[in-house]
Amino acid sequence: MPQPFLSAEHICKRFAHHTALTDVSISVPEGRIFGLLGPNGAGKTTLRRIINRITAPDSGTVMLGGHPLQADDVRTIGYLPEERGLYKKMKVGEQALYLARLKGMGRDEARTALYEWFDRFGITSWWNKKLEELSKGMQQKVQFIVTVVHRPRLLIFDEPFSGFDPVNAERLKQEILRLRDEGHTIIFSTHNMASVEEICDEMALINQGQVVLRGNVQEVKRRFSTGDYELLSAADTLPAADTAYTIVSKEQHSAGVRYRLRKADQATLGELLSRLAAQCELRSFSEQLPTMHEIFLRTVSSTQAAPQS
Amino acid sequence: MNKLLIIIRREFLTRVQKKSFIVLTLLMPFIFAALIFVPLALAGIKDDSGKQVAVVDKTGLYTGLFQGNAAYTFVEVPDTTAEMRDEDSPIEAVVLISDTLTRRPDAFTIYSRREVSSELLTLVQTQLNERIRQDKLRAYDVPGLDSIISDVQTQVSVSTKKWTADGTERHSDTFVAIGAGFLFTFLIYMFVMSYGAMVMQSVLEEKTGRIVELMVSSVRPFQLMMGKIVGIALVGFLQLAIWGVMLALLLMAAGLLFGQAPTVGMHMPPGTDAAAMQAVQPAEGSSQQLLQALAGLPYAEMGVLFVLYFVGGYLLYASFFAAAGASVSQQEDSAQFTMPVVLLMLFGLYAAMYSVENTDGPLAFWASLFPLTSPIVMMVRIPFGVPLWQEFLSLALLYATSLLFVWLGAKIYRTGILMYGKKPTLREIARWLRYD
Repeated sequence: MPQPFLSAEHICKRFAHHTALTDVSISVPEGRIFGLLGPNGAGKTTLRRIINRITAPDSGTVMLGGHPLQADDVRTIGYLPEERGLYKKMKVGEQALYLARLKGMGRDEARTALYEWFDRFGITSWWNKKLEELSKGMQQKVQFIVTVVHRPRLLIFDEPFSGFDPVNAERLKQEILRLRDEGHTIIFSTHNMASVEEICDEMALINQGQVVLRGNVQEVKRRFSTGDYELLSAADTLPAADTAYTIVSKEQHSAGVRYRLRKADQATLGELLSRLAAQCELRSFSEQLPTMHEIFLRTVSSTQAAPQS
Repeated sequence: MNKLLIIIRREFLTRVQKKSFIVLTLLMPFIFAALIFVPLALAGIKDDSGKQVAVVDKTGLYTGLFQGNAAYTFVEVPDTTAEMRDEDSPIEAVVLISDTLTRRPDAFTIYSRREVSSELLTLVQTQLNERIRQDKLRAYDVPGLDSIISDVQTQVSVSTKKWTADGTERHSDTFVAIGAGFLFTFLIYMFVMSYGAMVMQSVLEEKTGRIVELMVSSVRPFQLMMGKIVGIALVGFLQLAIWGVMLALLLMAAGLLFGQAPTVGMHMPPGTDAAAMQAVQPAEGSSQQLLQALAGLPYAEMGVLFVLYFVGGYLLYASFFAAAGASVSQQEDSAQFTMPVVLLMLFGLYAAMYSVENTDGPLAFWASLFPLTSPIVMMVRIPFGVPLWQEFLSLALLYATSLLFVWLGAKIYRTGILMYGKKPTLREIARWLRYD
């Protein structure tokens, strides 16, 4: 695993009436997409604001690229807030230029980079339009460009797909993956668990101000694996009971019969497969990993049931 | 380029490039002139429908006394009739004299279906007074008394002069001084109020438009707040400068038109035309004196102090408005915080008006030291001369308070702009001050 580009260590933040974060540590590897997940009010926004230097933690440190976070680092960070907002009365190009310059770009540098992005999204003709003349989806594109134009090494996307139609969402996903491949480190915050599985490499789940689950997305899924397998057989030929497995469920399918099997603990995967091959005509066989959605719900409800003080 | 400068530049340019700014800036002086002259002109239009007033003189002594004017004609009738009370009677009012007025001055009544207009009252009273005076004088039976009386009566015309530091006397004019002082007071009041409100508007726009979260990920909230305050102040200065130039052109044009060298106008601070207008009447056409009075005002002092009070007052109120805008999530909620301050400024304006009558009185003195009213009140005192120590003390208090407001405002602003939802209580806002 690459060195962490950003790491937050033992972050605590209290507000007047509640504790937002308790001893939160996350570590985001360079060049990866890191999913920051959690239900509403879990403390994600507070953590994002601390990384953005909008608020300061009560204790704990944030390290960016090997040094403690400092004022100049805003140039290194691009932030796409969930609540989108730009100046409605301002012209798109002028506005993008203004925001890019506030990130520390020179005028000409910013202009060149913006032209490139506008060109890539095919929106060069919007340059002199006022923002309020654009549709919601169009405004989202401008907002995305504004976030990435200064080539920040760390990008923070908060629900980036909200407000995009499927075609543009796919387009955006490709852009995000491309940015990752170019070496940008990305923190991706969302409630959309399907998109986490699609694009995140690492993840951390925050609930009630604490990290309750973290790790590589595939590893986490495996950790939550129940040892179930899905088997598609040409016909209903499996015996009702076997020493290597139990049948959890069975359903008729257009291509045959679909079984959900649970492997017995003492049996190896090889034994299971050879047994099944003898018992039926195998059409497909795959491990049933829980979806992130299931993992999210299970983790959140279990930590909510037994809240840690 | 410094981020603060980039913000100032945007705040300035987006405003001055607006058509509404350009149009308003060019039209405002004319609107003001209209506000002053239209009521005057309207008041000047007499109701000349020629109302009839009946005179009932029971004594028979005052026949032919009343001379009508454009608005009223007098008709002498033997007695009041019932028709005179009718709504559609041509008789507007009835003047009834029931006894000899030298003996009983209260034996005189005006009846009318409506409130008697002050014009009619004055018309009747002056004529009666004069007649009674003559009657009384005649009763003394002293020959030539009339001419003695008129000889005794003197119309004093006071010419006020102010000693200047170099020992020379200059013609000063209280009306010119009042006019100039008021103009500056009003300019400060108007600018602080409208541009302070603009700061609040702009803070609210960024907050409700959810731009602010993006902004504070790039710049410090303090930079954003100060950039806004300074940028908007520059818009105000530009507007003043444009009005100054317009005024100078106007005075030059007037000078050429009336054949006077407009030497004064060239160096006049903006807006002295209202002073000139106010001064026209009392100066009784003596344009030489008026010009001297205008030239005799302490322009350098007024100009410098105007800028200092303008900047200090604006900074103070703009910081407050920025904090107020940041504390609420919608415009309607802001009134609770701004109302006391607006009232305070209004008090300042009234204090300034009353201070004119006694520019060294206690109200003028305290109100021109108290930092929340001093920018407004001090300006009316300056043309009359204010001791230097008072000016320094007032400015020191003003700037100390301004800096305090900037500091407090920045703290409230920083927390407030990221808070959404219900309107915070004062206690919550006080807690924001303690966040670091």
